[in-house]
Order: sequence, then structure tokens, then C-alpha cells
Amino acid sequence: MSTWHEYYKEQGRAPDWPYPVRYDQEQEIDTDVLVIGGGIAGCWAAISAARQGVKVALVEKGDTVRSGAGGPGCDHWCDAPANPLSNVDPDEWAEHMADRPYANGIGIQIQCRENYDTLLELEQMGAKVRDTDDEYVGAQGRDEKTKFMISPRYGIIHSYAWVDESVKGKVLKSNPEGKRNNVVIRVWGSTFKPVLKKECQRLGVKIFDRVMGTSLLNENGVQGARVVGATGFNSRTGEFMVFKSKATILATAVAGSIWLLNTELCGISSMMSRAMSGDGTIMAWKAGAELSMMERTGVIGIATGLKHKWYTGAGDASYENVPIVDANGKPVPYAIQGWVDYGAMMPSREAMEAIQEGIRKGEYQLPFYGDFPAMPEVERKATWKLMLGEESTTKIITRTFNEAGYDESRDLLQSYKFIEGNSLPQWGQASGGPIVDWNLKTTLDGLYAAGMQMFSYEDHSFCAATGRYAGRKAVAYAREIGESKISRDQVELEKARVYAPVKRTNGMDWKELHAGIARVMQYYCSEYKTKTLLDIGLQSLQKIEKESVPLLYALDPHKLMRSLEDLSMLTYAQIIIQAMQAALAKGISLEMQMMGAPPADRSEWPKFLTIKMENGKVKTGELPLGFWGNMKEQYEAYNKDYAGVYKGK
Amino acid sequence: MSQQKLTALPNITTPSTPVVFNPDICDGCNTCVNVCQIDVFIPNPVKGKPPIILHPDECWYGGCCVNDCPRPGAVKFNWPLQSRGYWKNKATGEIHQI
Repeated sequence: MSTWHEYYKEQGRAPDWPYPVRYDQEQEIDTDVLVIGGGIAGCWAAISAARQGVKVALVEKGDTVRSGAGGPGCDHWCDAPANPLSNVDPDEWAEHMADRPYANGIGIQIQCRENYDTLLELEQMGAKVRDTDDEYVGAQGRDEKTKFMISPRYGIIHSYAWVDESVKGKVLKSNPEGKRNNVVIRVWGSTFKPVLKKECQRLGVKIFDRVMGTSLLNENGVQGARVVGATGFNSRTGEFMVFKSKATILATAVAGSIWLLNTELCGISSMMSRAMSGDGTIMAWKAGAELSMMERTGVIGIATGLKHKWYTGAGDASYENVPIVDANGKPVPYAIQGWVDYGAMMPSREAMEAIQEGIRKGEYQLPFYGDFPAMPEVERKATWKLMLGEESTTKIITRTFNEAGYDESRDLLQSYKFIEGNSLPQWGQASGGPIVDWNLKTTLDGLYAAGMQMFSYEDHSFCAATGRYAGRKAVAYAREIGESKISRDQVELEKARVYAPVKRTNGMDWKELHAGIARVMQYYCSEYKTKTLLDIGLQSLQKIEKESVPLLYALDPHKLMRSLEDLSMLTYAQIIIQAMQAALAKGISLEMQMMGAPPADRSEWPKFLTIKMENGKVKTGELPLGFWGNMKEQYEAYNKDYAGVYKGK
Repeated sequence: MSQQKLTALPNITTPSTPVVFNPDICDGCNTCVNVCQIDVFIPNPVKGKPPIILHPDECWYGGCCVNDCPRPGAVKFNWPLQSRGYWKNKATGEIHQI
């Protein structure tokens, strides 16, 4: 007996809610630094702040031990050019990384300068980052002296970039001829999250698990004024929380499921769990922070709720270093993210077209397979057990395969590439969020952002390094600033908003609301983005806000959390459309940038569109690409006292 | 069969069983309840019994419940039918599915 209906049948009644219900109770927490979101960026922010001896509170919607996209694991510590095996200059690599439309040059520079230090600290906390058990002796990329395992990923260039002739020909000045750059390290990421939580506890961080942040508090309750705290509620007890803080760091994720109609099955094939609903971005928006990239938001990851999920990061065929063969065992020239193709994740457009043509002509027989048995044993193990076995949701996938009888030394693993269809272009990467400066401060005083929370983000080590950086910058601010005053009126207004759905027992539940929002986005903010469609879309969302939201009901604190997430997504969706409308009006191209999308003329991507609320009205603006200035110089100017490992090459 | 007393239940949410507990091995420690980022489970009202799967429809299939379980075999993953992956024996050509 473990399903609900079995319990019901046996007991003749539904189980009681297992937690005390405290809708009417309130807790006030006074802290120096408040971190909202306890994933990779949030944990690092909390640790880095707490190391400096200030009071730190960490608010997490799940349980910090395994929450966030990086909760289950992580397979690659990407873009670590300051590691001792690297053959490139960190600043040059950072510049190369940021040389993609709308990349976040500030975060990338921090990542490239500091993520190796971050990795060493993680190791000191007890995480595994080297082959200390000598399990992979003989594997390509393994360094006997340091026992680091270099990954084939990004072998010469950043492989998310479209691999065309101009990129292939790109050679970094600092990279000695004929040498790989060695910027990506394979890691045992399933060990990370538990040690991060333990370190938070050891440093005295006050952790509030199962608490959803719902709003930021501005000084005197004035939108656009300094951020002096936040509100939240416990998703098990319903208890309301008021946090008073000198500095606040937002480290939540983007909204991952705005276009997903099916709430039941979206978890199976989206890169982000349902818990990632853009709450932090909406909190920042309501508080008056300036956002960017909202018009480029899409479904995160490549899946759509309809696809089989294997390895969501790069597509089914990308088993890192595993040769791809067709149904007859014939090699298929598909990019394998391996040593042989310098870690390329996507074939060039020409190669892709040749494969598709080959399928049509019968030259290649579907389905394709990952030929694990053809690999040398140690390389097979490095891919199956270390890379896939340590990466987020693939850890349980490889385990389930093996338990079901799959033997990677004997069996070919099916690829779903080409047989399940392709994502539509509008389902590109989601990447909107607050604009930040070189302190990772948003446009509001007292408010910082790190990791996925920022406009444009990268990967796990990006989140770790920027979280760690935001933590120390927030402390510097918290030390200078005086006591903060929160507005009781603002708290009361928020409390009324938060609890409205539990005052009703029928009407519209969160699932119907979610699907309704998704439907509007699929009709009116999808493949074709025209003024008329966007106008209808915005009107439809406003109608939902006016007519359906007042019907929203939640029968327990958990459903209340899901309902409030929907409200975040409803606002998020409206900002997306408003940003798109503004972009169209300004003549900014709305073509989505997807992994592997062909490079359009850079002049089509001339600027960042910014959007914020001012006096309750939407205001848009622009920022030039590269608004952060010279990355190396700016980083050094802002971090004169930073004592990291990297001392220049 | 005709004697059986039935309860009028709504349709059970699908998929309803993302994991399967083995009540002989599970001692109700609730590690899985705590590591789940979605709160798919609630503790069983009866101490020592496997948790109840309350929100199977919200499962992300992150797998921490199984990976972090301190008692091997107490909880197993149960992929929904449409998500069970395929493989092929390279030597015999035989196709298998999870």
C-alpha cells in the first residue's frame, strides 16, 4: 500500500494532512543577508556570505539537500579555464564564451575566473571531483598527477555555438597549436548538494526548507525603493514568513513550463521540475527591478511534454563520446560530443541535412543507437557511470536501465533523435531575468541575483561561481547599510493575496489555470510573433487574471504553493508578451536563439531590451550588447581584494 | 465479483505510481519524503510503513527518492509506460524495453 487510492480503499477514508496547519500564524526573521532559492547558486551565496560572519537566512521551496536543477547531480564542471590543466587563458576563454548573442558577459567572466576556486572549495567540503579511487586509469583526459578527468566537451570552442566554418576556424590565441583547451572537468556531481547543505548548516545559515518566497518588500512599501526583506509561506504548514534583511540575493530559477499544457506529464520531459516557476523574477518585477531577455523566453530544455526524456541537456543522441550507428550498425556522422569531434554537441547544418537526406534515401535506417559496446571499456565506463551516472536526472535513468537488464558492454542504447520530431523554434531556451551590474546587484538597492536568476545564464558551475560571488558582494553592502524598515501595509496586502485561494473550496484549480495560461501562449505567442497575435494573447492573459484568478482555490498548503506558482507564471507570461510587443515596436528581431541555430547577422541582435514596472506602469528601454564593458578590466576593478587561485598566465 | 462493494472514486491521476515501495524492506524512515523537491510523498500515518504517494502527477522523475534511499530495494523507480526506454542486443538484434 503506497498509492493514495490503496490507502483510501483500506482505511475507508483519505489520510489526514500530515503537517500542522498554520495559515493564521506568522513568523518574523531578522537577518543580514537573505537568500531566496536554495539550489546551486543559492547555497553558494549563503555559504560565501556566512563565511564572513554575518547572519544568513536561506529560503528554499523544496529541501536544500536535493533541490534545484542541480539537486540530483552534475556531470561537468564547464568553463573552468583557470584549472591547472587548461591550455587557454581564462579571460580569452570568457570573451569567447560571451561572444554569442545575448550571453551574460558578467556572469561568464566570474565563472571563468572563479569557478576553479569554487570547485576546490567544494572538494574541501567533501564532494568528489577527482578520480581518487583510480577507477578510470587509462581514460582519455584523465591526468595522473591531479587525477582530474578532463571531458571532451568544448574541446576547442564552445560547442553550443553553431559549428560552421567560421567557428571551426577559430583558434584562441592562448591555446597552443594542436592542444585541446581542457576547460571542462568531469565531476561526481551527485555528491554536491548534500555537502553544500551540510556546509550551510556548519556555518550557521538558518535554512527554511519547504518555504516559497512570494514577494520582496521595498522600503516604505514603495515600488522601486531599496529591498529590505521578503515574504514567504511554508508549503506544508501554510505558515506565513516575514524576512527582514539588509541585503537579499535572488537565486531562483526561470519559469520552465509556461507553454506546457499537460501538468501531469510535464515533469517527465522538461529539464526543470514543476517547482521552477519563475517566482524570483516575478518578485523582482513587482518590486520594480529591471529585467531583460524576457522576450526570448521559451520552454526550457528541448522537450515539450511529449517527448521521451533521456539526457535533456543536449539531445538524445548525445551520449558523450559514444559512436552513433543506424539500425543496421552503420556509423552515422552525428556529432557525439566526444574526443573525435572536439566535444561538438550539434552537427553542422550541412551534416544534419546529409543525415536527413540519407534517412529518406534509405542510406541510414532508423532508429539510431548509441554503440556503447564498441567503446574501449574505460571510456564506456566514463560515459555511462561517471558522466550519465552523476548527472542530474540521468543518474536514475542509467540505474533503471541496468536494473531492467540493459548491459552497456553488450547492448546498443536507442536514440530518439529523428523519430520523435523536433521542438518548434519557439520552444527555445528560457533566459529572462533581472539585469545585474559587476556586483551582481540588480537595479534595486539591496537586491542581488545569481545563477539562473540573472538575465541569460549558463550551467552548473556558472551558478556556483556567481552565487559565491553574489554572497560576498551582498555582505559588503549589508555591512555598510543601516537597519531596514519594512512596511506593514505591504506585508498585509501580500498576505491577503497569498491566502485568497484557501478561502475557497471550489472554482478553478491550479492545473486548469496552468493549462489555460499554456494554451494562450501556444496560440498567440508561439511560432509566429505578430502584433495582432501578441495583442490577443495579452488580452487573453488579462482576462484570465480578471476572471479566472478570483476563482482559484487550494485545498491545502501544497496546492496553495502550486496555485501561487501559477500566478507567477501568469505574470511571467504577460511580461514575455509585453517585452515582445516592445521588441517588435523597436524593430528588434524576435528570432529565438536555440542551441545550434544558424548565426544570423549580428546586426540583427543589436541590443538588450529592458522592461520594468514604474509607478505601476510597464516601462521598456534598451541596453547595448556588451553593456558591461571590458570584461577583464571591469572584473579586476571590482575584485581587487579577491584572493583566488588564478594569478594570470 | 458481483458481491464486491465498490466506492465511487474519481479517475485516479495518471501516472499514479512513479515509484513502487517494498513494504518488507522499507522501514518508513521518510528519507524519500524529505529529499523530494516536489513533495510527491507524505509520511504514512502508520509509523514504520512506506510513505504515501500523494502527488504522483507532479513527479519530475529526478530520482533522488530512489538514489538516496538507505535501504536497498525498498523503493524502485517505475517509469510511466510512455517513457520506458529501448535498447538492442548488439549480437542478437533482439529489442528490449524497460
